[in-house]
Amino acid sequence: MSNTKNWPLWEVFIRSRNGLNHKHVGSLHASDSEMALENARDVYTRRQEGISIWVVESKNISASDPKINEDMFDPAADKVYRHPTFYDLPDELKHM
Amino acid sequence: MTTIDLEDQFMKRVAADEKIEPKDWMPEKYRKTLIRQIAQHAHSEVVGMLPEANYISRAPSLRRKAALLAKIQDEGGHGLYLYCAAETLGVERDTLIEELHSGKAKYSSIFNYPTLSWADMGAIGWLVDGAAILNQVPLCKCSYGPYARAMVRVCKEESFHQRQGYEILLTLCNGSAEQKQMAQDSLNRWWWPSLMMFGPSDVDSTNSEYSMKTKIKRFSNDELRQKFVDATKPQADILGIKIPDSDLKYNEQTSHWEFGEINWDEFHNVVKGNGVCNKIRLKERQQAWDNGKWVRDAATAYAEKREQRKNESKQVA
Repeated sequence: MSNTKNWPLWEVFIRSRNGLNHKHVGSLHASDSEMALENARDVYTRRQEGISIWVVESKNISASDPKINEDMFDPAADKVYRHPTFYDLPDELKHM
Repeated sequence: MTTIDLEDQFMKRVAADEKIEPKDWMPEKYRKTLIRQIAQHAHSEVVGMLPEANYISRAPSLRRKAALLAKIQDEGGHGLYLYCAAETLGVERDTLIEELHSGKAKYSSIFNYPTLSWADMGAIGWLVDGAAILNQVPLCKCSYGPYARAMVRVCKEESFHQRQGYEILLTLCNGSAEQKQMAQDSLNRWWWPSLMMFGPSDVDSTNSEYSMKTKIKRFSNDELRQKFVDATKPQADILGIKIPDSDLKYNEQTSHWEFGEINWDEFHNVVKGNGVCNKIRLKERQQAWDNGKWVRDAATAYAEKREQRKNESKQVA
């Protein structure tokens, strides 16, 4: 038998209807991807919450470190010129 | 940054109603309090399936049976959402299950009371799920993100649990005199244990202060208990059955229903493991776990074999 006591952990993503992104809904344990998909169906779509499921083994996800959030995301903070409201245009110009 | 600085920063974030996420720094006490509470909550969902399971084959109609099955399946799902939330705090699922089975971890004492008649399925839905919902709705705003998100899903799914229970009692109360008596008897037995579900009185609640300070909890045990009594009294009136408390009376000044003294000796006794069903619930949980072992082992072996075959065919190619 395998040494790990728990089955691997999987992250579950559900597309609620076509046209929308898959969205992270939670996680579950399963021995393989097939079981993860079946369990995800039983656990996360009992009330027609989705029409498509992705499962990804949690260990395969690389996440950014919140401790370095300043370095990571601050460069975007002082670049207001990336937003349309930064530009002064006359009121007569109705839609742009 | 020193731990004191980090702790200070953490408390500021919590005070500003920011959510704490798994990889964020958090005080050890916050982590431990959450693991204890979320695990206890998860265990309650899973153990809570047992008193109802007995009635799947005894439901009086297909409609009732389908609803009961769906409710019990939801509870399994809710247990899973919660175990997953606990796992984001760095605890292993198997450890949590072991702690339940060994008796180290607690679950809601309400499930240590026996379900003696079909009316109990009604009373559990109405009172037990009703009390659980009052507890859980504020948890949707809990400071810990994964717990709050799990609670949003649980609350959304659980509202039918209470309604189906109330409908069971309504049907009994509109039936024969014996059926109405069944409903009354069930209320008599479940009323006080339901009030105890909110936990010890605020003056005796050891964990409450820290949980309130870190916004894990938003209302005190006594506040929620009062809300429950206020909400439930008119519902009992509609059913036409009587809440078994001779001290229950409306206070015009406070607009609250005042109620009698809770038997805290009974509460502590059941928490300690001396309730009517403590032993059988744990035994049944343990049995379910043991009986499922071959399934867990087979699935693991199958996954390993498939992985191995995949690797072998890669080498050949």
